[in-house]
Amino acid sequence: MGYPTQYRYTKDHEWVELDGKRAKVGVTDHAQSELGDVVFVELPTVGTAINRGDTLGTVESVKAVSDVYAPLGGVIVEVNSELEASPETVNADPHGTGWLVVLEVSDLSEVDALLDAAAYEKLVAEE
Amino acid sequence: MRTIFDYEKRSGTGGILPKLDVPECGVGKLLPKGLIRRAEPRIPNLSEPEVVRHYTALSKLNYGIDDGLYPLGSCTMKYNPKVNEDVARLPGFASVHPTANPELAQGSLAVMYKMSRLLCGITGMADVTLQPAAGAHGEITGMFLLKRYFETRGETQRTRILLPDSAHGTNPASAATAGFSVTEIASGPDGLVDLNVLSGELDDTVAGVMLTVPNTLGIFEENIVKITAMVHAAGGLCYFDGANLNAFLGHARPGDMGADVFHFNLHKTMSSPHGGGGPGSGPVAVSESLVPFLPVPRVREDGEHYSLDWEQPQSIGSMHSFYGNFGVFLKAYAYILTLGDEGLHEAGENAVLNANYLQERLKKTYRLPYDRLCKHEFVLSGKGVGEGISTLDIAKRLIDYGFHPPTIYFPLIVHEALMIEPTETESKQTLDRFAEALERIATEARENPQLLHDAPHTAPTRRLDHTRAARHPILTYPFGE
Amino acid sequence: MRYIPNTDADRKAMLAAIGRSSIEELFADIPQVVKDRFQPLGLSPKSEMEVRTEFDSLAQENEAANAISFLGGGIYDHYIPSVVQHITSRSEFYTAYTPYQPEIAQGTLTAMFEFQTLLCELTEMEVANSSMYDGGTALAEAAMMAARVSGIRKIAISRALFTHYRRVLDTYCWASGIKITEIPTIDGHCDFSRVPSGVGGVIVQSPNAFGVIEDLAGVKEAIGDALLIVAVNPVSLGIVAPPGQSGADIVTGEGQPFGLPASFGGPLLGLFATRKAYLRHMPGRLVGQTIDADGNIGYTMAAQTREQHIRRGKATSNICTNVQLCALAATVYLASLGGDGLRDLAVLNLEKAHYLADQLSALPGCSLKYMAPFFNEFVLRVPGDPQKIRAGLREEGILVDDPAHMEALGITGALSFAVTERRSRDDLDLVVDLVGRML
Repeated sequence: MGYPTQYRYTKDHEWVELDGKRAKVGVTDHAQSELGDVVFVELPTVGTAINRGDTLGTVESVKAVSDVYAPLGGVIVEVNSELEASPETVNADPHGTGWLVVLEVSDLSEVDALLDAAAYEKLVAEE
Repeated sequence: MRTIFDYEKRSGTGGILPKLDVPECGVGKLLPKGLIRRAEPRIPNLSEPEVVRHYTALSKLNYGIDDGLYPLGSCTMKYNPKVNEDVARLPGFASVHPTANPELAQGSLAVMYKMSRLLCGITGMADVTLQPAAGAHGEITGMFLLKRYFETRGETQRTRILLPDSAHGTNPASAATAGFSVTEIASGPDGLVDLNVLSGELDDTVAGVMLTVPNTLGIFEENIVKITAMVHAAGGLCYFDGANLNAFLGHARPGDMGADVFHFNLHKTMSSPHGGGGPGSGPVAVSESLVPFLPVPRVREDGEHYSLDWEQPQSIGSMHSFYGNFGVFLKAYAYILTLGDEGLHEAGENAVLNANYLQERLKKTYRLPYDRLCKHEFVLSGKGVGEGISTLDIAKRLIDYGFHPPTIYFPLIVHEALMIEPTETESKQTLDRFAEALERIATEARENPQLLHDAPHTAPTRRLDHTRAARHPILTYPFGE
Repeated sequence: MRYIPNTDADRKAMLAAIGRSSIEELFADIPQVVKDRFQPLGLSPKSEMEVRTEFDSLAQENEAANAISFLGGGIYDHYIPSVVQHITSRSEFYTAYTPYQPEIAQGTLTAMFEFQTLLCELTEMEVANSSMYDGGTALAEAAMMAARVSGIRKIAISRALFTHYRRVLDTYCWASGIKITEIPTIDGHCDFSRVPSGVGGVIVQSPNAFGVIEDLAGVKEAIGDALLIVAVNPVSLGIVAPPGQSGADIVTGEGQPFGLPASFGGPLLGLFATRKAYLRHMPGRLVGQTIDADGNIGYTMAAQTREQHIRRGKATSNICTNVQLCALAATVYLASLGGDGLRDLAVLNLEKAHYLADQLSALPGCSLKYMAPFFNEFVLRVPGDPQKIRAGLREEGILVDDPAHMEALGITGALSFAVTERRSRDDLDLVVDLVGRML
């Protein structure tokens, strides 16, 4: 699975799909592969305000729990409630239907700090 | 597996309890309707032969130390002596109620007092509490003691506990329960605490360090005296997790290394059986400065007469309903009396020799990240054994060879870790067979990896689906499904 | 040393294999200064025979072992069927480790699944863990869980808790920064009209420290968002309405009555049950049903990500080893007694306790302290000094609780009695006769 070039990435293995001020966030294919079978996803409530770098939720597999960090600051406007019944979607389609939250970005300049697909692929290769 | 709920319903098997011998009033007269159960609990009524067959069959699905080697690192699965079981069952001990007048429980109090003295002697420390019911319970007791200590000194800014990245998960969990924040110290390339890193972290916000000695890699902290001195100089205290006491039993004492708090795992080092997950016992020994804060009641002795002392104004209170897992004390006390100084020394010696012997042989086949003298345990890595082969696969295949697997995926600082602790109660012959099994598995990993992926093949069940168990939890019997 | 299989020849061969000339070399990593400070215990080894003799002699110094007991406080003298110890003495059960390798631990895991189920049936709760250390720490963990779930670090607790539960709660709440407010009692039961608002949890014990059964109807509705935590005597649930029926959020208890001897207070058996909605917040080991690679049903540890070995500093509890063998004893006990037997047991306890209470309160100057419904424990007001009566009974080999425990709860001039199925009518009549003569 490749890393979509239109997305941006963090070194903590989150991806961001930007659409104006809305940012859809998920964890990358690398992250889901390292975690193993995802069994539970803990998501914030809609309306929560969050800063870049804060923990916005967790992804649990059978053997580990991983914090998901907010790649950008803003307000949570949507959460993927499908994941409650089907946490395995994160494994099956991490970059698509396995998205976690959508947030409304408060400071778009923070996007500059994110990695592009090529930089992220390089990071993963080095790990 | 059939559970008792799978049996056909039946009723009126009775006969264990006698009939009522006082005039009956009737439940309806003695209790108002609103306080009486409406629905009967779905507890089956089985005949005695069915109960016995059911649990006997279940027992045969288990593997215990009496069945074979259990090389679990940091668990010290040594032989559980049978005389310990017998003395623990004496009715003279078993039937004594904890709130019986202490005058009438002098035998039990004597056991507690005498064992306390021996535990102090083994650690070289001032006093001990027997209340904690397990090692982790001992850890939070220790953390509570530290908290009270600094409270009384007005040093409440000390909110941090330092611990190495190789620490057992209960360590940070215990610190957090007491409201401390945890700072992990990265181990150096030698697997030991890096003194420079430690020094950089030590300031007046540090309450103390939590160390396992030897550490979870099985390596003794050679700088231990320096480390404790550094921590003390910074005004902090030193907590030693005693899970690995078997490594230096009868050779060295944590009190002499600078420990302020030390917890025992009687169900590890002192041979008390593990019971499938307990009961254990985690007595905590302390240095002089922490004695006033120990939980109440304390056991006092006055010329072979024993009493319970509740007058400890600075005590943290109680950690247990009563005095700790008394039944476990009996076994540990019997063990220490059986071994004496000679036996304790021999136990440590043979544990360390067995581990080093195995390490030396196995490092020829498996990666040994820290190739040096170990104590009672060592850590290998399953990496590189075969393409796509995980430590989990190796562990499951070991089951087919008739061995319980070692500890896997711990400590976290070694990828694909296999932590092996043979203990002193295993023979060279058993160790050779175990090593041979691991060597064969390494070969199978290259020549027939599917055998490992599909293992175990000969256990009571095949590999179990944990993902399914976690995604769709079924935590009680699914009646009516 | 007979527990060590290796001979000198074995050790010699092993040393040669690792290129060492003496075992001492293997301890070179311990600082010399530490080795120099070492002092032995001054203890010679004892033979097995000598160990047995020593313990026999110590056991004989426990006069309480032969007494007729009316002691209670969560720990009761119940009859333990022979089957229980025969099963728990099987070495496959008692020498096994925690079931981290479920394929070779289905015995332990299946029994724990049964235990969890039995507890849920008795309490009418949705999920139960496979044990905590004892009733006291189970209650403390419930308080901490309520604080976690509600986000409010304050709990209200009934005054009528066993003093040892209160002590453990005080300790854990102090250490974890949870503030405790007390709810007063009225006529021997918790005054639910005086539950403070703004708390994360409300703790009630039933039967309470006075033996009184608390009426929980409407309590959950009255306490708003706070979690309702109820500490129970599990034997009482053979006939008494379970807390799950009243909407309790967490149920804890002391499981010693289910097949464990009093054993001077340990090991015990902490019970913990809650709602499925709180699953991720609950402490302790959970066993779940699953299937293996062949599609057969099997059991394994479930939701382990709550636990310390994965969650570490963020775990719901630091508990690792619990009291699995004690939970097994309880499971076998309940399987032996069966649902019918458990009900019979509860009825025996209820009837006998009431018989004794009636007889004693008919003595001059004696009366039941509270007229509220009780199970198998009650408080009796006595004329004069209750310590004298206690001492007099002790001389006849009969044990009752120290009145100081009731005094700590504000009740003077009283004695408490716990009656189980083990107290025959002769025992009960004897006590009445003796007390009568002392008045």
